Amino acid sequence: MPLLSRVHARNLVQWAKDKPEVIVLSADLTSSTEADLFRDTYPDRFFSMGMAEQNMMSFAGGLAREGFVPCVHTFAVFIYRRAYDQICDSIAYPNLRVRLFGFLPGVTTPGGATHQAIEDIAVLRALPNMTIVEVGDATDVETALDAIHAADGPVYVRMLRGEIPRLFPADEPLRLGRARVLSTGSDLALFSAGICTEEAMRATSILRARGLSIQHMHISTLKPFNDPAVMDAASRARYGVITMENHTIVGGLGTAVAERMAEAGVGKRLVRMGLNDTFIHGASRPYLMREYDLDALALVRQIEKLTGASLNITEDDLAAVRLDAAHSEAKAEAL
Amino acid sequence: MIDWRDDARRVAQGIRRRVLEHTINSNGGYLSQACSSAETLAVLYTKVMRLGPSIAPPVPPPFPGAPSKTNPRYTGAGYNGARAPELDRFFLSAVHYALALYAALIETGRMSPDGLAQFNKDGSTVEMIGAEHSPGLEVTGGSLAQTISQAGGVALARRLRRESGRNWVFMSDGEFQSGQTWEAVQALCFYRLDNVCVYVDVNGQQCDGAMEEVMKIEPLQSRLESFSARVCSVNGHDLDALAAPAELAPDGRPLFILAYTDPCAGMPILDPRRPKLHYLRFKDAGERDQFADYLKTMDG
Repeated sequence: MPLLSRVHARNLVQWAKDKPEVIVLSADLTSSTEADLFRDTYPDRFFSMGMAEQNMMSFAGGLAREGFVPCVHTFAVFIYRRAYDQICDSIAYPNLRVRLFGFLPGVTTPGGATHQAIEDIAVLRALPNMTIVEVGDATDVETALDAIHAADGPVYVRMLRGEIPRLFPADEPLRLGRARVLSTGSDLALFSAGICTEEAMRATSILRARGLSIQHMHISTLKPFNDPAVMDAASRARYGVITMENHTIVGGLGTAVAERMAEAGVGKRLVRMGLNDTFIHGASRPYLMREYDLDALALVRQIEKLTGASLNITEDDLAAVRLDAAHSEAKAEAL
Repeated sequence: MIDWRDDARRVAQGIRRRVLEHTINSNGGYLSQACSSAETLAVLYTKVMRLGPSIAPPVPPPFPGAPSKTNPRYTGAGYNGARAPELDRFFLSAVHYALALYAALIETGRMSPDGLAQFNKDGSTVEMIGAEHSPGLEVTGGSLAQTISQAGGVALARRLRRESGRNWVFMSDGEFQSGQTWEAVQALCFYRLDNVCVYVDVNGQQCDGAMEEVMKIEPLQSRLESFSARVCSVNGHDLDALAAPAELAPDGRPLFILAYTDPCAGMPILDPRRPKLHYLRFKDAGERDQFADYLKTMDG
């Protein structure tokens, strides 16, 4: 599994090259959100707004009304907690093309409860007109910009920075409203989002070797949440459905799946893995994923409960897994 | 040729009269705001703003539904004329002044008097707390203190396109209690957006009563100046004083015109209700009749 560094920084500069309408706003976290290369390359299109998110959001709304496409860069937590009213009235109500790039979601920051966006998807999913995308690897980061550019209205992108794995082939772009099929099977349907997909993939290869047939899908569009392939997978799953998200289990991916399953009459068990209605604190990502049952081992334990089978998988087994870029279902069959 | 002051006086009187009429008909309303802002709105529309003629229907259309992926945005900005690089734009921030603005649009021939028959009626865009679909409005600012930032974004966009038109914002003094207002002032000054000009109705009143009892904002002029804004304090009922700052050549600083006003100006019958003037609710039919009698004297 290759690791790439500063993917968004380089990609944003390249992508915006022929898009003079694209403007970047930052709230004193320019390097921290990898917007520094854009600032240095297109200084006339970069606006430092200081540590003042409310004004920044309403400014973005004004710019969007005039035909610009403001790309707001800050930490995910500061977007929706510090400026929700402004996002609602200045951006979402008028359905304006503002792109909100929220970095360091959930356990990816050691900054503690004040820095950890754990209910951003829940809050913004309830906001009419908002589209929500979460990236899970370098390919997602590179291709999300094109995928959302055509979208009417505001888009919130739950973003990754720094060293990011490439899990998906570089030539298979993120598609709005379409889940990536990472493995096919009918014992379990496993829906993962964001960094949880990498973690889930550590477990699924071993689980397959133990004879479990798993339909693993990577969810990148949280709203609208209407990919028919997801409900198809849920309805085919013999033992049930597992969702895995770097977010509280209230209002995010697990809730979206539950709502759809109930509406479609899919009478399967559902296990929602995520933060169990709790705040977390400042610590490393591996520690938090272990502590709050968000890692590959926690997934294995949940699957054992759901299937009633003991899988005899240890932490060492999971640590030894080498992840290769997972091709889509079509590609996998062609191999 | 008619002196603009005569026209402005007529418009200001029309604003007070129409708002009083609707307050009586609706058994309540934002009357003191019309009294404090009548001259400011009149000066903006008759003297200060460079606007084209209205391009909106004389009688406002019904509410077209909230904007969405399937329902395009509709704004009431057409009442302030077509957009053009050299023309001005208007942003009403204190949207509970909407009725005063509607009255100003009628008095300046931008909206039909019939449009006001829909005021505060279900399904109408002529709402009590106006939003972007309401006549004369361009953004949604009812939460207060957001409009100055939104206008700042518009002004920045217009500067990037090298447009010469100015962007006028009408604010209430209560909005200077909000942090966002100061964030906006900070950003307007930092980016030297002198194409933003703000009239503030400093009537000293807010929902809970007199501002100096609720939360003081004075000294407003020196506070704004300390942010590097350009500030003029004027008598908000003096037409020439209100109009003069708009003639100043832009100098890189956003312009704030603090219009010190009397919330009972031109309506002495309101005086006994001080200091609770934010929203007028008649105590009984007798009081309503008193105001109705007063309206007759204005008609005369």
